[in-house]
Amino acid sequence: MIDLIWLMLFLSGIVTAAFTGRMQAVAQAVLGGAESGVALAIALISMVSLWLGLMRIAELAGLVRLMTNWLRPVGRFLYPSVPPDHPAMGSILANMAANILGLGNAATPLGLKAMQELQTLNGDKDTASDAMCTLLAINTASITLIPTTVIAVRMQSHSADPTSIVGTTLFATCIGTVAAIVFDRLFRAWSSRRRA
Amino acid sequence: MQQVLSTVSAWLLPVLVAAVLVAGYARRVPIYNAFVEGAKAGFGTSIRLIPHLVAMMVAVQVFSASGAMDLVVRALAPAAHWLHLPPQVVPMALLRPISSTGSLAFLKDIFQNPRFGPDSWVGQLASTLQAASDTTLYVITVYFGSVGIKNIRYALKVGLLADVASVVGSVIAVRILLGPMPGS
Repeated sequence: MIDLIWLMLFLSGIVTAAFTGRMQAVAQAVLGGAESGVALAIALISMVSLWLGLMRIAELAGLVRLMTNWLRPVGRFLYPSVPPDHPAMGSILANMAANILGLGNAATPLGLKAMQELQTLNGDKDTASDAMCTLLAINTASITLIPTTVIAVRMQSHSADPTSIVGTTLFATCIGTVAAIVFDRLFRAWSSRRRA
Repeated sequence: MQQVLSTVSAWLLPVLVAAVLVAGYARRVPIYNAFVEGAKAGFGTSIRLIPHLVAMMVAVQVFSASGAMDLVVRALAPAAHWLHLPPQVVPMALLRPISSTGSLAFLKDIFQNPRFGPDSWVGQLASTLQAASDTTLYVITVYFGSVGIKNIRYALKVGLLADVASVVGSVIAVRILLGPMPGS
């Protein structure tokens, strides 16, 4: 699908330019786009380094483990089908903590580990279990404390107040997470009624 | 409420930095060396994004500079107006669940547009949209694919509905912070 979207962005642009006579601007956009792609990646280094440095301290201080413990009751509420002492619960909570702290690179391997352990509890290996659906819902709509990437792009674009979106992001992600939990519960109830 | 949002924006990052440093020091972590060691990974992580960002920035800037973006935005305007969304963010919001570098390229395009910029109403909303949701389709493919699940049941529906809720939440948050969208 990404191939098709990428192709359509180029094709629709070049065809439109043929009609609007903006081919010169499109030629410049090709070069300028490549340049801003590199500039954007370079601009990310500052925030990503700062954040990964801080999170290394948090990890060594046991803060990530502490947060995982705080999330334990949340996990019990969200995943009633997973025994609280099962290794799956550990991976689920660590994945949740990594998502909240904005550690995307650490969150994915933890999430995949959680999926593997949930699969051992799954009766039908081809069909997603309730807990797997919940894990996906929570992962795609996670609470975000500090949106590091967007802050970095705002800095690069000379924003007068790059962190002004921290509050709005926290607000929006709380709404998204609550919605994900509610929709997950509703669909779970419907699907179990249909099966019964 | 507006006061709460702007206070959170100003305080959360400094408070987190202080909390992590104090907790690390209290737990006898060598905080300076730990920071440097962790921050080293930031360079590689960012540099690995270059090929993706170049690919997407070129495509999005061609789309934008040719005028094709304006045509799409004009075509989407009635639907966007009905949803209380500025039409300029709709292409970005549609791409967000599929590709985060793609929507990041649209975000940068909005920031570069002299009509908007990062601190405009549209710029704030686009920033919040990018930050507040994830690449739902990618996450679902990777997570279920890794364990060989073929029937994903309602997972995609829930993910996309949650994305819509994040968009609604973003609009509400920006309206609280900056008031209604100017010119609407």
